[in-house]
Amino acid sequence: MTTLTLAKALNAGLRRALADDEKVVLMGEDIGTLGGVFRVTDGLKAEFGAKRVVDTPLSEAGIVGTAVGLAYRGFRPVVEIQFDGFIYPGFDQIVAQVAKLHYRSRGNVRMPITIRVPFGGGIGAAEHHSESPEAYFAHTAGLRVVACSNPADAYVMVRQAIASDDPVLFFEPKRRYHVKGEVDETASLADARPMGVATTVATGTHVTLVTYGALVQTARDAAVAAAEDGISIEVIDLRSLAPVDYATIEASVRRTGHLVVTHEAGQQGGVGAELAASITERCFEFLEAAPVRVTGHDIPYPPAKLERHHLPDLDRILDGVDRVLGRPNSLSGVEA
Amino acid sequence: MTPSDRDATGLLTQSESTRADDFVQLVSPTGERRANAEFDPWITDVDPAALGRLYRDMAIVRRIDTEATALQRQGELGLWPPLAGQEAAQIGSGRALRDDDFIFSSYREHALAWCRGVEPAELLSVWRGSAASGWNPFEHGMAVPQIIIGAQALHATGYAMGAAWEGTDTAAIAYFGDGATSEGDVNEALVFAASFDAPVVFFCQNNQWAISEPVGLQSKQHLARRADGFGMPGVRVDGNDVLAVLAATRIALDRARRGAGPTFVEAVTYRMGPHTTADDPKRYRTDDELVEWGGRDPLARVLALLDASGVDIEGLQRDVTAEADRAAAELRAAVTTIADPAPLTVFDNVYAEPNSHLERQREHYTRYLAMFDTSSAEGSDAAASAPAEGDAR
Repeated sequence: MTTLTLAKALNAGLRRALADDEKVVLMGEDIGTLGGVFRVTDGLKAEFGAKRVVDTPLSEAGIVGTAVGLAYRGFRPVVEIQFDGFIYPGFDQIVAQVAKLHYRSRGNVRMPITIRVPFGGGIGAAEHHSESPEAYFAHTAGLRVVACSNPADAYVMVRQAIASDDPVLFFEPKRRYHVKGEVDETASLADARPMGVATTVATGTHVTLVTYGALVQTARDAAVAAAEDGISIEVIDLRSLAPVDYATIEASVRRTGHLVVTHEAGQQGGVGAELAASITERCFEFLEAAPVRVTGHDIPYPPAKLERHHLPDLDRILDGVDRVLGRPNSLSGVEA
Repeated sequence: MTPSDRDATGLLTQSESTRADDFVQLVSPTGERRANAEFDPWITDVDPAALGRLYRDMAIVRRIDTEATALQRQGELGLWPPLAGQEAAQIGSGRALRDDDFIFSSYREHALAWCRGVEPAELLSVWRGSAASGWNPFEHGMAVPQIIIGAQALHATGYAMGAAWEGTDTAAIAYFGDGATSEGDVNEALVFAASFDAPVVFFCQNNQWAISEPVGLQSKQHLARRADGFGMPGVRVDGNDVLAVLAATRIALDRARRGAGPTFVEAVTYRMGPHTTADDPKRYRTDDELVEWGGRDPLARVLALLDASGVDIEGLQRDVTAEADRAAAELRAAVTTIADPAPLTVFDNVYAEPNSHLERQREHYTRYLAMFDTSSAEGSDAAASAPAEGDAR
């Protein structure tokens, strides 16, 4: 075991992928000489050369579109979108090309492209630097969407994403880049938990709390705080947003009877909406209350000094827990 | 050349970009061979026999195109985008390619599919609505045709970058139209290709019209002049002159293979037919314009040149017509062999790996369809048509 930050764990995972498969190439803005604005690719260009770790022109459509051509040629491109809010110029290439080419080619052309996206807020950044666009991609057939939450997962999941023959949107919780954790750099991918499988990171009996990315730590903290009030929360790190590991969530909800989903992204049409609807369909008779969503507001990402009023935090999550349990909460007496 | 200098919105439509005479031309519309010191060395191998083969290619793809349009009119195809008028641009460039070069085309490059040996049923299945696409790209060195305008320019660039990184001298070629030059993807591809010296040819068929919009709306100046701003050569050729196109493409491919980087080729041509069979070009262009471009026909000039070279063009025409008619008959025969896809194949190939979400949807839809399966429903007529009323679940 090695103690690494999440950013260093990603760096180690990328280094391993580059070393294991010569068809893996990294592409993005400032990822080479600079090592990425978050230093996730630090040192990789020096180690593997400018044809494996490629500084590209400033064009998200260009980065993703050339990755499509490289995939046609048999490469396994790993592209970095510098910030979440910069992904939209590349949206067409992701949604109309990367996602669909396997289908459009009747299975002849594979798109083993990993699109890394630092996502989410909480770092006091300028506009377009704190967004959570994951639902657009979870809605898109042909893509897989995952989010890591800790160094150990980051190291393994980035390699799993690169090894996948399907394109993967890989969301990295940028405000957790510097959180440290134990990473087993000797473990083989074959023994690792598949990236499509969720992880129960805290066990509990009263409420199932599902989240992903940066909020996993917040949810764990909320579970600890709730325990002091005698409320037992089971926290599930979703990890894969598309497809969703419903078996894990269902099994938990059948025991707890209560579901809370929390994410930084807005509520409308979000991942939480899909989870609430699907869990209601699948185990309605086990639910003792309507599922509750604790999400960012349906607003453009606000200025830094307002982001604490936008992002779900420990107290807002616990307010949602109180609501699902019918305990006094901010909406007591209010029609939902 | 255009109906008026200004369209209904007052937009200037008559500009440099709409001119169709200032380009490299090796064969005039009347079949005169024009000497060109730069281009001629690239086609010294094109003797009358080789020129006859280029004529044959163009005549056959024109016949295939006519037949496909007829098949659409008869309800056998849902849609067809005719290539009529652009035979020289497509055959001249297609025959310049090596087998290992990779084509990233738009949706109108049926002649490139012809050059690459695509079977008639593979060409038509997508237009019949029977399949997401026809051929296997890796069997024919030609990507899935692209309908999103200009997106493929980036794919060609990435492919070319990869081919160069592997140390090969394989090139990629991107086909797109005048309209696509306004798309960000094409411009971004030009940036990437120039910066990485990618062995790619940007082959722009300027056919004067993007559905109803004249090229003057896309650009005030010749499209080929844009190349200079990206740091690559731009060459403007008569796209209805198969020899000029062949030479220009060979020059561009040679540059690519030498590691000297990309080239932008503007082939000035004309879409004689509608944008697709769903289009009515009479709403936006005049008969005079059609007549004018009809006088610059790509096939007629080759025939005239062959005639002047002493070739028995009546015999050639007879042979080629017979061969083209056979190709058309094969096309017609092939369309009926394209099976309607089985319902559950709608779920196939969305993912390369197992996907739990989609597998569940497939399973549920399988059960739904089973409700209508008469063979397992006790011969009931009701079960064959719709779920019985009151059978709500």
